[in-house]
Amino acid sequence: MMNIQNLLHISWLIPALPFLAFAIIGLFLHRWPKTAAAASILAIGGSFVLSLPLAFTVFTGAPEQVYEISARWLSMPGLRVDMGIMIDPLTAVMLIVVTTVALLVQIYSLGYMDKDPGLASYFAYQSIFAGSMLGLVVASNFGQLFVFWELVGICSYLLIGFWFGKESARDAAIKAFVTNRVGDFGFLLGILFLTIVFGTLNYSELAVRLAGYNNMAVLLPISILLFFGPMGKSAQFPLHVWLPDAMEGPTPVSALIHAATMVAAGVYLIARAFFIFSHTPQAMFLIAVVGGFTALFAASIALVQNDIKRILAYSTLSQLGYMVMAMGIGAMTAGMFHLMTHAFFKSLLFLAAGSVIHALHEEQDIWKMGQLSHKMPITTWTFVIGALALAGIPPLSGFWSKDEILLGAYAGGYTGLYVLGSLVAFMTAFYMFRLIFTAFFGSNTHGHHAHESSSVMTVPLMILALFSIAAGFVGSPFTDNIFGHFITAPGAHHHEASLTIMAVSSLIALSGILLAWMIYQKGIISHEVLRQRFSGIYQLLYRKYYVDEIYSWLIAVFVDGGARLLEWIDLKIVNGAVNGLAFITGWSGQTLRYTEDGQVQSYALYLLAGVVVILITAMWAVFTALA
Amino acid sequence: MIGLNHYLLLATILFGIGVYGVFAKRNAVAVLMSVELMLNAVNINFVAINKFIQPSNTIGQLFAIFVIVVAAAEVAVGLALIISIYRLKKSVNLNDFNLMKW
Repeated sequence: MMNIQNLLHISWLIPALPFLAFAIIGLFLHRWPKTAAAASILAIGGSFVLSLPLAFTVFTGAPEQVYEISARWLSMPGLRVDMGIMIDPLTAVMLIVVTTVALLVQIYSLGYMDKDPGLASYFAYQSIFAGSMLGLVVASNFGQLFVFWELVGICSYLLIGFWFGKESARDAAIKAFVTNRVGDFGFLLGILFLTIVFGTLNYSELAVRLAGYNNMAVLLPISILLFFGPMGKSAQFPLHVWLPDAMEGPTPVSALIHAATMVAAGVYLIARAFFIFSHTPQAMFLIAVVGGFTALFAASIALVQNDIKRILAYSTLSQLGYMVMAMGIGAMTAGMFHLMTHAFFKSLLFLAAGSVIHALHEEQDIWKMGQLSHKMPITTWTFVIGALALAGIPPLSGFWSKDEILLGAYAGGYTGLYVLGSLVAFMTAFYMFRLIFTAFFGSNTHGHHAHESSSVMTVPLMILALFSIAAGFVGSPFTDNIFGHFITAPGAHHHEASLTIMAVSSLIALSGILLAWMIYQKGIISHEVLRQRFSGIYQLLYRKYYVDEIYSWLIAVFVDGGARLLEWIDLKIVNGAVNGLAFITGWSGQTLRYTEDGQVQSYALYLLAGVVVILITAMWAVFTALA
Repeated sequence: MIGLNHYLLLATILFGIGVYGVFAKRNAVAVLMSVELMLNAVNINFVAINKFIQPSNTIGQLFAIFVIVVAAAEVAVGLALIISIYRLKKSVNLNDFNLMKW
């Protein structure tokens, strides 16, 4: 066994290196974009290299081993927050996923962003994001996690609004930030609640103190409040609205932050806090329902979208819903497994889509693409691999993880969610291959002059394609489900693989692909006719169930209305009081000055009146004292 | 038999007439005369109280003479002021003396 203590002592470098790169770029290198990019890539590469032996050590040790070092960060009566590093199998998986995808995305960005004038700040943001995400993953307590949780939120905001010259990008950045605030507020309340009740935020201490704790009236609100965090960050209904708009950012950003890592942080949090959630069946049920609903809801929207990135965004939403649902039904292993495979194939899909967008000069409408397979073979085939993995075609990675979730739902007795999950799987296969047949094959070239991207972009695609194919085997029966052996938690259910479930889900995926092929490739069923026949449903889906419109209306009524009410109170009551005071003073001055008539006689009269009053008072006082 | 109370009553009436004159008269000379009435009412008080309450000394009478002296001086100054303001305003009506008006 490698001396884990030494490794652990340098493991703080994993998040620190990208932060260092951020500082160096920000302070010194902003005038030399290529050097800045090199610094950023070197730093994340270093983190990647450091993560490898760490993960290797963890996965060759015993599954329940946890390595932890912490130091006190701040402490006051009633609140203590540590800064520390906790390495367990869950962390190790996330470290590998985050560093791999971040490294590949940054290399890819060299090609994608090469003409951009803001290249240095782009890589600075990428670095600080990578550092924050890694810090979030290795955090040993909720307080530290929350700090990094907010940091990745800031990075997300900065990178969505990276092209801040575009109004839509600015709006999207603000929307993402504000929507996340809603979730994070609940999350913070949950954390505070935890520290009030249990007096600590460290995972390991919490796990011990929670073991014999049964007060549901306290645990249930904590669980639900904690779930607000994932609801915002992992974009679960009803806080999902920011993620599709987040596609305004550069495509590599969408791949890294809004598909593979940051949005998965919510799922990671549920897995990390699984020992809390699993205590409260009601909260678990809520999580499962929210996740399942989001999966179906987003998949149905993806069926009719025309923007390549939006289709992928809704697909991400749907897959995140899948993972959250898996957590909710207790299949925590399956959820984390899907998180990992999804990170690979969804970042692959986004990067391939970015390659297309780059080649077509920022064209994102799939109907204006077509026949890309001849001109961009590597992009096309890696995209197809990613789509097959996402659709869940064996033996690609997505098949194993999705299958495990469906198995968990079926074997756990959640038949409704199983049917729902299968329906989502069908839709997923359909919309992905609708995209592929329209954009990459099709018959019309629309006169574009696409050409294959440079190798700095295609090599990361190929590496990710390799991962998308192979990453699933760690959780397959061929390797004795080594993944499930390590990633598990008390209260998490695990079920033996079932051939029937596998066969059914493969058939479902294949039929989705077949249907897409018939409609969009062969034209056996005309999609125009379908669209007209079901125009009501089509509009409903195309307009995303009018959720944005409903939110606009709610904001217009409640927020703007409240603001108008407050404005009225401010103008009429607060200002009224102040102005009224001034008016009374002025008016009394205006009126009383007429007593100053310049007649000495009248002044003398006032004097006399005063004397009389004093006299009467004095006499009255004397007489009452005598009486 | 005329006693202290009769003198005090006389002084009060005289003082009241003086006060009335000071506040109600519009002629500056009349106001000055009213002030003299008030001073003389006080003088009556001084002398009467000296006579009826402490006849053994003459402090009250001394004060009366003192007041008469001061009153003479005051009238001299007052008349001088009135004449000077009359030169300015061509009037001795107090209603015209409103330089301190708002």
